[in-house]
Amino acid sequence: MTTEATTYLPAGLPQPAPAVDGLDTEFWAATRRHELVVQKCNACGGFQFGPEWVCHHCHSFDLGWQRVSGNGRIYSWERVWHPVHPALKNACPYLVVLVELPDAGNVRMPGNLLGDPLQPIIIGSAVEAVFEDHDGSETLVQWRVTDGG
Amino acid sequence: MSDYTIKDKVAIAGIAETAYYKRGAAPVSEFQLTLEAIIQAAADAGMDVRDIDGFASYSNDRNDPPRLAAALGSPDLSFSNMFWGGGGGGGSGAVANASAALVAGYSKYVVVYRGLAQGQFGRFGQGSQARTISGAAAYTAPYGLMSPAQSFAMRVNRFMHDHGIGQNPLKAISLASYHHAQSNPRAVMYGRPLTAEDYDNSRWIVEPFHLFDCCMENDGAAAVILTTVERARDLRQKPAILLAAAQGSDYRQAAPAHNSPDYGTSNFKTVAKRLYGMAGIDPKDVDVCQSYENFTGGVMMSLVEHGFCAPDEVEQFMTFENFQAPSGKLPLNTSGGNLAECYMHGLELITEAVRQIRGESTAQVPNVDISMVCSGPMVQPVSDLILRK
Repeated sequence: MTTEATTYLPAGLPQPAPAVDGLDTEFWAATRRHELVVQKCNACGGFQFGPEWVCHHCHSFDLGWQRVSGNGRIYSWERVWHPVHPALKNACPYLVVLVELPDAGNVRMPGNLLGDPLQPIIIGSAVEAVFEDHDGSETLVQWRVTDGG
Repeated sequence: MSDYTIKDKVAIAGIAETAYYKRGAAPVSEFQLTLEAIIQAAADAGMDVRDIDGFASYSNDRNDPPRLAAALGSPDLSFSNMFWGGGGGGGSGAVANASAALVAGYSKYVVVYRGLAQGQFGRFGQGSQARTISGAAAYTAPYGLMSPAQSFAMRVNRFMHDHGIGQNPLKAISLASYHHAQSNPRAVMYGRPLTAEDYDNSRWIVEPFHLFDCCMENDGAAAVILTTVERARDLRQKPAILLAAAQGSDYRQAAPAHNSPDYGTSNFKTVAKRLYGMAGIDPKDVDVCQSYENFTGGVMMSLVEHGFCAPDEVEQFMTFENFQAPSGKLPLNTSGGNLAECYMHGLELITEAVRQIRGESTAQVPNVDISMVCSGPMVQPVSDLILRK
């Protein structure tokens, strides 16, 4: 895992705020520490993301968080050409990827794929998490193709 | 068949829509549009609008039944129903709920309606303008994954990847809608034909969706009135009898942050099975289909999940020729639908399915016995209905 000095998309997009009910407080606290965590059931060991108040595998309410490697695979992708937010007016095209995490039960996380927005995307490519700090806001989790891809 | 208590017992007896407008162009309020559609649907049925005693809608329609009933002077509001979920997933579901109320005896005449003036409220196609965002959207919006097109493109890309499908099926679906709109004077895109070259040259919105793969955003209202088949036979129009309706969602389709286990899907696998089970027919029996086009890729997956072809037959089956009324193998979206008639959140697909049963479509398929509607691919929940003569 590495840290990005600049942001992939311009400032001005909605920034994440931990849910007021506390459901994902630990997820965003971890990204600030540059750690990737996934909700894990203390009863059955099952993973889930996004987090929920109950384990969908066994219905236990005893849920915790497991730190994972940040190594994943591209499950799907899209290249966005039309800006739907004023902050994106000069930011298109950009890439969104959906990454599955083999060491967390293949849960998926959306993010941006760093690098050339016109790069060819191959589903199944290996990627790694990159932590993107934002002033006064939460740290985003981005993705970069690794040599193993 | 006792297992299916609404089958063959309910009919659509009246339909109407207002003039359809470009987004922001409606000359009257959204509430007035809704009232106009309901009043005209009653006139189409040949009944007093005050006899409507049930109201059903979907997608968090802003025009609530108590206000409508008060405005119309309805003496008796006996059923007030909202189908949960967004997008067009609830169009057929609202009809199904209305049917259940009729068979249960809660109401005698139920109107299913949708009023939409996006110019007077927020737009669906724009991202949130909030400074911060919480909950499941916090895992998507900060990455520029915000709009409906962006939310669904990755599902479609995965399906196309899994089955080796290229752009042509999406193009065929788009061309069919625009083609049918050219014979429909109600259509916003009437007089604005689309060629294959226009499609190819149009800009990307988000791959794999070109501009013309995306629905419009419009102002208008539509309404359909349901009653029992017995009562419908006493009204003016030939009844369009509800053979089957189904609603629902596949396993964990609403799992947050794009985590539904089955991802490259329109979310119709269980619903379609229940639909055909109730109807007692096969896909080959369907004469004409209106399949909700939020985006063409959703239509492609929806047609597969309704059994019209296998995933590896998509490229061969989904051609402009096969989708054209009157003689294509599966005439599709014969009014122009959400792409080219009006984005009436799919209620225009239900009025069109009724017109095909009545023999009054502007792209009429000959001898329609079975007319089907698929409401809302890729959202949760989704719904379907089948009408017969």
